[in-house]
Amino acid sequence: MTHDQSFTNQKFKLVGSRVNRPDGVDKVTGRAKYGADASAPGQLVALFLRSPHAHAKIKKLDTSKAEKLAGVKAVITSADLPDHTAGAQLDVLENCMARDRVLYDGHAVAAVAAIDKETAKKALKLIKVSYGKLPHVTDVDEAMRPGAPLVREDIFTRGVDPKPTEPSNVCKVSTFGHGDIEAGFDEADVIIEKSFKTEQTHQGYIEPHACLASVGPDGNGELWVTTQGHYTYRTVCAALLGMDMAKLKVTSSEIGGGFGGKTHVWIEPIALALSRKANRPVKAVMTRDEVFKASGPTCSTSMDIKIGAKKDGTITAGSAHIRYQDGAFRGQWGQLGAMTAFACYDLKNVQSVGYDVLVNRPKVAAYRAPSAPMAAFGVESTMDLVAEAIEMDPVTLRIKNAAKEGTRASYGPTYGPIGIGPTLEAAKNHPHMRAKLKKNQGRGMACGFWFNFGGQTCTDINISADGTVNLTLGTVDVGGSRASMSLICAEELGIPYDQVKANIADTSSLGHNDTTEGSRGTFSSGMATIFAAREAIEEMKERAAQTWDIPVEEVEWVEGEARAIGQKNDNLPPLTLKDIAARAAATGGPIAGHNEVVADGAGVSFASHICDVEVDPETGGTRIIRYTVIQDAGKAINPDYVEGQFQGGAAQGIGWALNEEYIYGDDGRLQNAGFLDYRIPVCSDLPFIDTEILEIPNPNHPYGIRGVGETSIVPPLAAIGNAVSNAAGVRMTHVPMSPPRILKAIEEAEA
Amino acid sequence: MTGTLVNTTVNGDAVQFACPTDESLMDSLRDRVGLTGVKEGCGTGDCGACSITLDGELVCSCLVLGVEANGRNIGTVEGLADGDKLHPLQEQFINHAALQCGICTPGFLVAAKALLDKNKNPTEEEIRYALAGNLCRCTGYDKIVRAVQAASKDLRKKK
Ligand code: FES
Ligand code: FES
Repeated sequence: MTHDQSFTNQKFKLVGSRVNRPDGVDKVTGRAKYGADASAPGQLVALFLRSPHAHAKIKKLDTSKAEKLAGVKAVITSADLPDHTAGAQLDVLENCMARDRVLYDGHAVAAVAAIDKETAKKALKLIKVSYGKLPHVTDVDEAMRPGAPLVREDIFTRGVDPKPTEPSNVCKVSTFGHGDIEAGFDEADVIIEKSFKTEQTHQGYIEPHACLASVGPDGNGELWVTTQGHYTYRTVCAALLGMDMAKLKVTSSEIGGGFGGKTHVWIEPIALALSRKANRPVKAVMTRDEVFKASGPTCSTSMDIKIGAKKDGTITAGSAHIRYQDGAFRGQWGQLGAMTAFACYDLKNVQSVGYDVLVNRPKVAAYRAPSAPMAAFGVESTMDLVAEAIEMDPVTLRIKNAAKEGTRASYGPTYGPIGIGPTLEAAKNHPHMRAKLKKNQGRGMACGFWFNFGGQTCTDINISADGTVNLTLGTVDVGGSRASMSLICAEELGIPYDQVKANIADTSSLGHNDTTEGSRGTFSSGMATIFAAREAIEEMKERAAQTWDIPVEEVEWVEGEARAIGQKNDNLPPLTLKDIAARAAATGGPIAGHNEVVADGAGVSFASHICDVEVDPETGGTRIIRYTVIQDAGKAINPDYVEGQFQGGAAQGIGWALNEEYIYGDDGRLQNAGFLDYRIPVCSDLPFIDTEILEIPNPNHPYGIRGVGETSIVPPLAAIGNAVSNAAGVRMTHVPMSPPRILKAIEEAEA
Repeated sequence: MTGTLVNTTVNGDAVQFACPTDESLMDSLRDRVGLTGVKEGCGTGDCGACSITLDGELVCSCLVLGVEANGRNIGTVEGLADGDKLHPLQEQFINHAALQCGICTPGFLVAAKALLDKNKNPTEEEIRYALAGNLCRCTGYDKIVRAVQAASKDLRKKK
């Protein structure tokens, strides 16, 4: 069946209401089961031995003593794993377990499964590794210098002409844009050129990676795991271990935060391999130290931004060169960053270049709108400098250059209806903009963009005999999507919200669903739910027609019931969903609706943030005084949770802007792998975070949904950067703007 | 495993378990008593996900040894509801959408209850400082603070 995906502008009964989530009681009573909360009879405990070096050859690895220890049931090194050196999965498996050299502090070299933690700990101590240290590099700019230590010897930069003949740490150069930037800069009255840096941060989900793996000698396996994409984990783990996908059942536990960090496999393939070797269930849980060192934080960056404008505020050209460190494994982060850098603006001449650079740090993973916050920090800070130079209000400057419907985006496509203009207008008119500032306080604003994703999605609706409805979803619920999907399902069927029960299926019970990433959950599962419900409605209309013995064309579905249309059918009282469900056995059997779709047409999303800060000139400490998020949701299905996404993204951005950073020593080792020294914002650091939801429907979704999860982390670095710069009277160019950096900037400005 | 026998009271019930002397109470409660509502976020006292009360005092159970629970009174999130009646904090956390992923929620509920037991009418600032030992990465704390404010109002009305 083909479905009309376009926006219908229907009036909603349920969608848009603030309902309680169906998993709420489980989560406030401690009953909800997360990754580390499942156990199996006879389970073993897995622990990992990790490299203490940033870069070294593994000269010798001897596990024989550990294997002989009583209670140890399996030991795994890369020698036990298939060699994917030539294949697409090389990076993945080599990151899970080092092959012949370790590439970062924390890189796994061996794993053991034992009857309890004590025994496993003893076994790790019995493993002998002799390392031959190699020169390392952890800074992105240093990694690009000629003569820098090579993280890998087989990297020849892609995306440059001619193709290089020497290996380097630059994997890829990605260039986007259009027009003639040189001509554009020639037209400018002012040109601002500035360099910026951002440090590496971690998603900081409170739940560490955890799983329970069980594989038998018959090749059947099960994996219970905290993940954003259990289907993806199945695909990857099966490929890595040579298992049949259909024989590996992956169940996603409740997930204690992911923000992109639970889109890749880390310990899971190794837990499966240990279980297969021991023929016992194996539980593996990362410590917080391991999460910081050996999961996937986001990139640090360094960049040069140049913007030229006329005195009237017209931007004549913009260019960005942004260098992203990918850790020790190839990524696409430079490419994404280059695409997002100027996406908010309607520019005649624009060029953005992203560099993907290897260093001896953990493999970078996605972190909420990956790569966009850093690019926005550079561009939006420079926009404020342009505004200052031409003596124009920064919001007015942005409004004047904002992209609109029909604008050719800097990364290629032409925009449909979009929300950047409206969010900027809303910011300009917001009472926050007119609030009085006190001494040492400053205000800043910035805007941001994220693409939003669609992708493969599959959903089932099954109607029970009593008329209650099971909605079976395959997109992991990372923050309340079961409620939103139930609302959508109830809306389509015309029944109360409470009549629907949403579940997340395991990989054996429903077809493939792409990972919940890219803000795709509500957009794509919402679409599949709508179409599945419509299919169920068609079926129910058939059943009603059969009951009434009239052609199905004379049946319509209104407000949760089948109605016979036309005067001749006046004597037929409506049949409700419950009536039809009760008679299902007699009219053709169970009633279901199903949909599988590649959800196309994700709607781009924009946000504008306003922030007031107070900077203590003595200590360099910054307090957030007031914060406002304005974002286009397309359509807010459950506004409480849309606001929650806005607030959560802003809070993460605040941490990134002011505090959070990976600190590496000269030895290439991470010095602050814990929540004490890597400090994320706590309750007393923040004010209430005000939100304003705009709804500019996405024409490619029946309900107008765009997706809301990520854009909220894009503007904060720049909004806070602009606010701090205004409060301290000196331009901040290095994130996080920690007290020492602010003091140094003030001192340098005074000198 | 060589274990020490511990006799303790958990949420009002007598409980007995054996654990190694260096095992944290968090691990004992999760792995031996089966109370997985006690969450591990760090194991080093920095996140509050493992918050419990020990003789009425709020503690991080990852910083207490299992053997120290002998003869003491432990309260966890599993003991908050009164039969089928949720505690006002639990109700208001749901009503205010004060949880997204929910992993921090048990710790916040236990910490917020410890606050409201001592201070019936805390200010916003008092709430924020009382909960500063509990990390939440999803919500930005906005809706959590509002939920605690609403629950404190409910509790005052009840009295
Ligand atoms: S697990 Fe105890 S404070 Fe984090
Ligand atoms: S709701 Fe996810 S950490 Fe608080």
